[in-house]
Amino acid sequence: MKKLGKQTIKFDNPPCITEVASIVGPKEADGPLAKYFDQCLEDEFWGEKTWEKSESKIIKETVNMAIAKSGISSTDIEYCFAGDLLNQCISSSFGLRELNMPFLGIFGACSTFVEGLSLGAIMIEACAQNVLCAASSHFCSAEKQFRFPLELGNQRPQTSQWTVTGAGSAVLSKTGSGPYITHITSGKIVDMGIKDANNMGAAMAPAALDTLICHFKDTGRSPNYYDAIITGDLGHVGKEILIELAQDKGYNIKSNYNDCGVLIFDKEKQDTHSGGSGCGCCATVFSGYFFKQLKDKKIKRLLLIATGALTNSTSTQQGESIPGIAHAVSIEI
Amino acid sequence: MKPLDSKKDYQNYVDKKSPNSPIWKNCLNAFWVGGLICSIGQIIMSICKSRGLSTEISGTIVSIVLIALSAFLTGLNLFNKVGKFAGAGSLIPITGFANSIVSPAMEYKSEGYVMGVGGKMFTVAGPVLVFGISASIIVGLIYFIFI
Repeated sequence: MKKLGKQTIKFDNPPCITEVASIVGPKEADGPLAKYFDQCLEDEFWGEKTWEKSESKIIKETVNMAIAKSGISSTDIEYCFAGDLLNQCISSSFGLRELNMPFLGIFGACSTFVEGLSLGAIMIEACAQNVLCAASSHFCSAEKQFRFPLELGNQRPQTSQWTVTGAGSAVLSKTGSGPYITHITSGKIVDMGIKDANNMGAAMAPAALDTLICHFKDTGRSPNYYDAIITGDLGHVGKEILIELAQDKGYNIKSNYNDCGVLIFDKEKQDTHSGGSGCGCCATVFSGYFFKQLKDKKIKRLLLIATGALTNSTSTQQGESIPGIAHAVSIEI
Repeated sequence: MKPLDSKKDYQNYVDKKSPNSPIWKNCLNAFWVGGLICSIGQIIMSICKSRGLSTEISGTIVSIVLIALSAFLTGLNLFNKVGKFAGAGSLIPITGFANSIVSPAMEYKSEGYVMGVGGKMFTVAGPVLVFGISASIIVGLIYFIFI
């Protein structure tokens, strides 16, 4: 692998995304992308007693499904990179404790899935044959941790987003028929002073812009190079902001840009306000929808930029602003 | 001026780009649902008084009935739907107070009855109690000293 510019790595032997899996909750199953997911759950508990256990089960079953679909024996998978939103990432570490493989827990808030793909790709290039990446989120456990009890009768602002219940998982391999991770651009922490925890899209958009521009500068590519540029969970508000900010910097992404949080829900019918969010948003939409588009060669060059808001309820109560982050992977077939 | 020139410029830009809540619709719904809840309270009050109960006891019965009703609807996962529709209309009357205690109790039951239900029950209503009681003490002292 080779370093390009300040923040990008180009792979000499691009790692292959061999197989993916996605499991989503009932709300996502009512959304426009339902038919692309591997499994849709009928309720948020999935037979478990708590939402935290349910989220652990979702990531565990998603990972098992990805391994089964890949046809690779789990003993041949050498590392697992996984993370989620709950304190100390308990969903992934509890859910994957029986996986019996070296486990590297990661946290990048909602950017975790692409952070996992980036680290997994580096690991493949360095020494491994097969690596597993996964990320999950759960609406109920996230609301409980970050906001208010679900039964509390309050109103959500128009800029608020709906945490996706679901998990996505990918098996990366040294060889395979593609799609391939050709470049990764790891993002910087960008904080433009937004303090409103109900407007994460606006808080994360400058970080997405920073990574986007850096990727183009480092690789010498332009927005037209990609069939699709997809952010993780900027939502409707963040998407509009990113388009304008990019335009302002001289990059026109209007025609080939979209956001997973915009795609996963029907804003009008599902009352999700600014759209989906959470680690599971980017993970399920990529594993469910975009991977198939790449396999079918409907999209040949994809730039996936997962965005994360590096905040928690304590920092919000203490009046701190929300630092944003965004990591990009260039996936081509 | 470009949006990313300074944090202040970005905040102003974001404020312009962010859609506002439908304030007139919210106000209207809060008004009629809040009014309806108060009317239900008044009906209960009138029934109690017509049965010969004192104003004080009737008022207590109104509170008990509305709290019980709100707690029951919270348990059925219905009150949050009312709250989403009516906002302050269901939050300001005693129904909102009951909901703010029952909802964390339900949410944190998974952490056990002592540290979960007991410890977290007042996470939402706690500030209301602290500052409500503090204010009443101050008012009481002013009344005691000056009147």
